[in-house]
Amino acid sequence: MGMFDPLKGFGVTFATMFKKVVTEQYPEDFYPSAPRWHGRHQLNRHPDGLEKCVGCELCAWACPADAIFVEGADNTEEERYSPGERYGFDYQINYLRCIGCGLCIEACPTRSLTMVNFYELADDDRRKLIYTKEDLMAPLLPGMEEPPHPMRLGENEQDYYVQGPELARGRGVPEGETVETSKEEAIQ
Amino acid sequence: MTIAPENTETEVPEGHVKLVVDGEEVIAPEGELLIRTAERLGTVIPRFCDHPLLDPAGACRQCLVEVEMNGRPMPKPQASCTMTVADGMVVKTQKSSRVAEKAQEGVMELLLINHPLDCPICDKGGECPLQNQAMAHGRSTSRFVDTKRTFPKPISISTQVLLDRERCVLCQRCTRFSDQIAGDPFIDLLERGVHQQIGTAETADIHNSASHTSSGTPFQSYFSGNTIQICPVGALTSAAYRFRSRPFDLVSSPSVCEHCSSGCALRTDFRRGKVMRRLAGDDPDVNEEWSCDKGRFAFRYAAAKDRIRKPMVRDESGELVEASWTEALRRAADALVAARESNGAGVLTGGRLTVEDAYAYTKFARITLRSNDIDFRARPHSAEELDFLASSVVGTTPEHVSYASLEKASAVLCVAFEPEDESPIVFLRLRKAARDKGTKVFHIGQWTTSSVRKTFGELLACEPGGEAAAVDGIAEHAKDLDAALSSDDAVVLVGDRAAEVPGLFGAVTRLAERTGTRVAWVPRRAGERGALEAGAVPTLLPGGAPVSDASARATLETSWGLDSGTMPAEPGRDTAAMLAAAASGELDALVVGGVDPDDLPDPAAAREALANVGFVLSLEMRPSAVTEHADVVLPIAPVDEKTGTFLDWEGRVRPFSITLEGTGALPDCRVLDTLAVEMDADLFTQTAQAAWSDFSRSRVVSAHQGSNPDQHSRPAASTPDTPDGTVRLATWRQLIDNGSLQVEEPHLAGTARDAVLRMSAATAERHGVTRGERATISTERGALTLPVEFTDLPDDVVWAPARSPESIRSVLGAGHGASVALSGGAR
Ligand code: FES
Repeated sequence: MGMFDPLKGFGVTFATMFKKVVTEQYPEDFYPSAPRWHGRHQLNRHPDGLEKCVGCELCAWACPADAIFVEGADNTEEERYSPGERYGFDYQINYLRCIGCGLCIEACPTRSLTMVNFYELADDDRRKLIYTKEDLMAPLLPGMEEPPHPMRLGENEQDYYVQGPELARGRGVPEGETVETSKEEAIQ
Repeated sequence: MTIAPENTETEVPEGHVKLVVDGEEVIAPEGELLIRTAERLGTVIPRFCDHPLLDPAGACRQCLVEVEMNGRPMPKPQASCTMTVADGMVVKTQKSSRVAEKAQEGVMELLLINHPLDCPICDKGGECPLQNQAMAHGRSTSRFVDTKRTFPKPISISTQVLLDRERCVLCQRCTRFSDQIAGDPFIDLLERGVHQQIGTAETADIHNSASHTSSGTPFQSYFSGNTIQICPVGALTSAAYRFRSRPFDLVSSPSVCEHCSSGCALRTDFRRGKVMRRLAGDDPDVNEEWSCDKGRFAFRYAAAKDRIRKPMVRDESGELVEASWTEALRRAADALVAARESNGAGVLTGGRLTVEDAYAYTKFARITLRSNDIDFRARPHSAEELDFLASSVVGTTPEHVSYASLEKASAVLCVAFEPEDESPIVFLRLRKAARDKGTKVFHIGQWTTSSVRKTFGELLACEPGGEAAAVDGIAEHAKDLDAALSSDDAVVLVGDRAAEVPGLFGAVTRLAERTGTRVAWVPRRAGERGALEAGAVPTLLPGGAPVSDASARATLETSWGLDSGTMPAEPGRDTAAMLAAAASGELDALVVGGVDPDDLPDPAAAREALANVGFVLSLEMRPSAVTEHADVVLPIAPVDEKTGTFLDWEGRVRPFSITLEGTGALPDCRVLDTLAVEMDADLFTQTAQAAWSDFSRSRVVSAHQGSNPDQHSRPAASTPDTPDGTVRLATWRQLIDNGSLQVEEPHLAGTARDAVLRMSAATAERHGVTRGERATISTERGALTLPVEFTDLPDDVVWAPARSPESIRSVLGAGHGASVALSGGAR
């Protein structure tokens, strides 16, 4: 062992003082995550504001951590939450259990459930980490209407599903991605 | 070197054939279907229409296999669910034959052509034979590219059953069930070819093809829920369970039905502490795979909002207020001790208890209250009935009469018993016996009810109240019936309405003695048979020994650990006598289980007794007419929340264990045990298990069971005559009405039969009633107006359901066999 060896270690420290700092000052500085980051879930809407969730429970079935609870119910002509017969009456995700694997969004047959980039899933109360339907529902965009309401787009179901996004533009709903977003802004 | 060929031939027993399935030699009984033979070998051939309890139909063609007969292969694959085994047959299932496999794949592809594949919103998803078999035996892709056939969805067959015609694969299980098993062909196949669909009388009208269907009548079935359960796709779904949950998150627990004495095995599915649905369990000895709609759908009473969950005591202002268990038990114990020391207290248990709970009531009455004043009969009853129960019913087991003996019987006589309304599974067995085995079913009743029609039965009509005379007259007026009853395997079934007919039990006993036929008693409520066995009657001890038998009492004192001579020796009062005594102050307190005063012979008197008696302790689940007058109310557990045992009408033990754990609800036996401790007595019924073992250890079987000399001498009462201008009333409760265990079930209530007043056209004419009108029956107490329907009743007899929805007893103060005034003209 040479006599300068003990100082070599300090050399590394000294050199680092002149490099760019990698520490992020979270939460003062907030950096967006990678675009495909599996963050919090979101329940999307049809372009007229009706819910896409049909309460089928396939997400709950697919969940390896048993973090999701769903109960379906009947839509009626007077009180319609989603097109079709069935809607998600109760929807809960327990973020104490969720491992963010994304199997639920793969199982979703209506692309109602997607994941957004939001990652601040921490709290000092366990109860607050069980997110209910109100917390998970996608925000209403301009031109959308809070359910319950009838199917607003087109004359029939065919129109609603096939032409929906275009017909919605006439009602002021923005185009494309934002309707079913993975972007942060949509939530905030 | 020659070796003698070894004889490897296996012997084929008489009535059996030998065939080869997938290269394996099998011996099968003649007449067995190929699909079952394969099943025995562990090969499951995919199927939809095949059901072991229904006649083979060969409708879906999913079960195709390759068959070779006498060395010649059949030109095309055959349906294994309709083809029976034959000697020398060579069968190749999908396991060993590519042809069979391809045929099955083809059929599956064809069945899926018009199937909407809406599994995510379909209730069957996750437990669907179509889904499972499409995965196991289907092609991975479909070659069908055109538009699928669609129907408006769903249509309701009843308020309870919904039909999605798009999902249907036309296997006809539902139509065969309703036609063969239940005998209500309320749905049928309509149309032809690509338009073929399942429909009802109404949809038939839409398509103007009513003539193609046998279902010209509107929906009315007590068994429609079974079609939901056997539907192999999601075409038939339940309105009450619709979209509520998925099989993967349901916990299933085997249970026993609490609604009637049929003793059906059920499966209760729950989720998050809430029962979601009930299905028929599979018990070949009892309910086979069926259940009635009441057992299947009526379970929400336990989750009703007004359920009593905390003890309540009446405060100074006369209001019931919630109290602690300690306080409530103290209040009850003090009052009951005081009553015991003065005039005594009576116990009315109600007919819905488990054996363990009934036994706890028995012990509570005998040990804690030192009295034999206990009766389980919360309905019209008689001393004669009690004699009959003591001599011919208590202690009998399925060895005596069982479902199997109904099926084997050459003749069955139903006396004062309406099987479809009172014990639906007995009805299904009678129908099966009559349909498949040619059993002759006779009914002594008033009109050709659906039970008579659907059991292919013969009605011996008599006036209500005249059943005893009719039974006595069998030898003279119904020679064929008399001869049929003399055969070894004939059975007589007596309903609990017989207690309303004076002399009927004596007549039945005489009949049994003369012809040698076996008699079984079929009560309406699930707990009656068990309560009888547990000794919850004024004259019998647990096991059936009479109270008056000193040695039986001594035996019981030893096993109960009582001092000798402390057991009350005097027979107690029955329900009516207790209520009368309570009203007049001869009893100071009443302990009441699940009793509805409207079912009692005189509801007004019962209400008065409850109001007048010094102290009422009510053990209840929900507010009732009894809790209205109760001084202390102790909450008890419904069947889902406790362990217990029912005895069905055969005397078969039907144990069940707890479904929903940790709700904090206590069974009657536990509540009574704790109350007894407050009164310085030990019942040893803390748990159902403890109660059961104490019961099995302590029952004292009667020495002179099976003979009751004083009864035979009793003459049959002749039919009382009807005063001028009045008519005689026939009445019983229908299966689905406003009973206390059927609350909060709007879907089920929608399938109840209409409340109508039935009479013959001649009676109507005589009393100025015209068809299509409403008519009024009345007594000096009150009047009841109902729509009129003409039926084949005897002259001057009317029939009305006992709840319509008001209780006929509380409105008119009259029951089966009473005379009432009839007038028409009401709009
Ligand atoms: S199961 Fe054999 S044809 Fe349907």
